[in-house]
Amino acid sequence: MSATPALPLWASIIVAALVVAGAAFALIGAIGLTRLKFFYDRVHAPTLGATLGAGLILLASMLSFSVLQTRPVVHEVLIFIFSLITTPVTYILLVRAALYRDRAEANPAVPPMD
Amino acid sequence: MSATILGAGLLVSQVMLALAMALAAWRIARGPRAQERVLGLDTLYITAMLLMITFAIRTGSTLYFEAALVIGLLGFASTVAFAKFLMRGEVIE
Repeated sequence: MSATPALPLWASIIVAALVVAGAAFALIGAIGLTRLKFFYDRVHAPTLGATLGAGLILLASMLSFSVLQTRPVVHEVLIFIFSLITTPVTYILLVRAALYRDRAEANPAVPPMD
Repeated sequence: MSATILGAGLLVSQVMLALAMALAAWRIARGPRAQERVLGLDTLYITAMLLMITFAIRTGSTLYFEAALVIGLLGFASTVAFAKFLMRGEVIE
């Protein structure tokens, strides 16, 4: 692996803690995706990684680059705002499609259209 | 000392993110239905984006940021297209 950038000690501790916490949230979301039983339960799990995991890792990246370049570097906010807006939209569209398919097959697990 | 802490934290987080990608890939392979595979693909995209940002922190290069942004944009567009396909049977009507 290439050499890590020379951050001061306080910054490297904070960045390492934020990155590990964010990755842990993403991993918990993926475990939930594999372990939960039904599709409508599984949809909830990956949103953990998409919101909190992405937020913590992007915060760590923002802090790291701001300390390295000794000026505020906030372009990671772009990714965060984008994922914050798109994640609910994506999953709403996906769940609507799944609900439509289940109702078309008259699956007993979902309530029928009244 | 500070490089050791940062390197260890980044290594742990990269292993965790790779494991998360493996679990998402297992969900894509396992199914059982098309909507679960699409959900796994979306998780794979988001985790790959996060992995790209940890590489950016490790190398101190802002080039990875553009890659992460493109992965995020394409992941959103592809998942919306897949959802439309599951709903209607075609993407462009």
